[in-house]
Amino acid sequence: MYDIKNLLIPKTLDEAINYLNNENTLVIAGGSDILIELRHGKHNNKTLVSISKLDELRGIEIIDGNIHIGPLSTFTEVAEDKLINKHIPILAEAVKTIGGPQLRNMGTIGGNICNGITSADSASSLFVLDAILEITGPNGVRHLPITDFYVWVGEVKLEQGEILTKIIIKEENYKNYYGSYYKYAKRNAMDIAIQGCSVLVQIDNDIIKDVKIGYGVGGPIPMRCFEAEKSIKGKVISKETLEQFGDAVLKEVNPRTSWKATKEFRQHLANELAQRMLTKSIERAGGKI
Amino acid sequence: MKISVTINGKLKELDINPHLSLTDMLRNLGLKSVKKGCEVGECGACTVLVDGKAITSCTYLAVWAEGKSITTVEGLTKENGELSDIQKAFIEEAAVQCGFCTPGFIMTACEIIADKKKYTRDELKVGISGNLCRCTGYENILNAIEKAIKNNE
Repeated sequence: MYDIKNLLIPKTLDEAINYLNNENTLVIAGGSDILIELRHGKHNNKTLVSISKLDELRGIEIIDGNIHIGPLSTFTEVAEDKLINKHIPILAEAVKTIGGPQLRNMGTIGGNICNGITSADSASSLFVLDAILEITGPNGVRHLPITDFYVWVGEVKLEQGEILTKIIIKEENYKNYYGSYYKYAKRNAMDIAIQGCSVLVQIDNDIIKDVKIGYGVGGPIPMRCFEAEKSIKGKVISKETLEQFGDAVLKEVNPRTSWKATKEFRQHLANELAQRMLTKSIERAGGKI
Repeated sequence: MKISVTINGKLKELDINPHLSLTDMLRNLGLKSVKKGCEVGECGACTVLVDGKAITSCTYLAVWAEGKSITTVEGLTKENGELSDIQKAFIEEAAVQCGFCTPGFIMTACEIIADKKKYTRDELKVGISGNLCRCTGYENILNAIEKAIKNNE
């Protein structure tokens, strides 16, 4: 038995928005976080609005070159999707590291973002892909870059009545980019990232034309290191550039000490993973160090 | 809440308390192969198939089963009582010690076997990474799944 105050299962998006336009309501998608938190005594004063019947929020398609991901797509669906694997394999790589097989069959990519947790494995990849979030609410539809979506731990820019209805990756943000994601955790499965790092790179022969780096546990919310990116753009690919990149990210990440790992260890990981993921991404782009 | 759900091949109309997990619902129906382990989606003992996909039924609302097809270990046995290939493989390879995790492993294995893909040992380890066996019998479990995959070729 779950300690649920009330459960509503809307059949249309409008109905869902109507239900959510009340205080003390909470969207439940795959349930792999909320149902566990209910067992721990959280959310028991809230009305849960299950969006499980809103099939328009499922599926992955390409429209005018842009990839549209329905937020109710499960991690397994994202990991196995042909379009994702062809155009943005970094996202498939990231979601494969989440939990275990059963969780990936239930948990959704929208839920992974909307719960506002920094260690979400899909978040850093969506940050480097400059994902645009389509949010629908009582006042219509608005679009927000994912880099502006997070406010604080567990808090995202969703107003009362609003719901994430699409994740859009624009063609200009994935075409000719090559990337890689690494999750550092104590176990290879069923664990939460101590540090997660995504890098996307575009190269022109031996020059770094563009680079993007995102962290899962670089701070209280997922983040990019824009200054570090700028510092090596246009530079020649070399060991020195890699080291410079690794040092530059340390000026921006601000992880904390928790029972899982110390701040210093997470900083060390940020430095090391920046270099390793950049190397891997450059190699995937056909370049050499 | 009224739901219609197919359980082990049989269509049922049920009146379900929305507070119920799928684990509770199935156990209340007498399907005791669905074990209550951690109840927070970490041990895999409550794994069942929902439309062919393995999920931990402890982190799944019973009312979400509406219109879906659920399979538990009870649904694998043939009408005449004969065990399925995967169950036989677990016995032949001694992939059971205390047995508490076994139904969960078998249901996870069912999804893997149904894929009809070729798996390396390492890929199979990833495949069963959502199930815990505290008697540490993973080697025999992997042997059993490999055997069942071979028999299904």
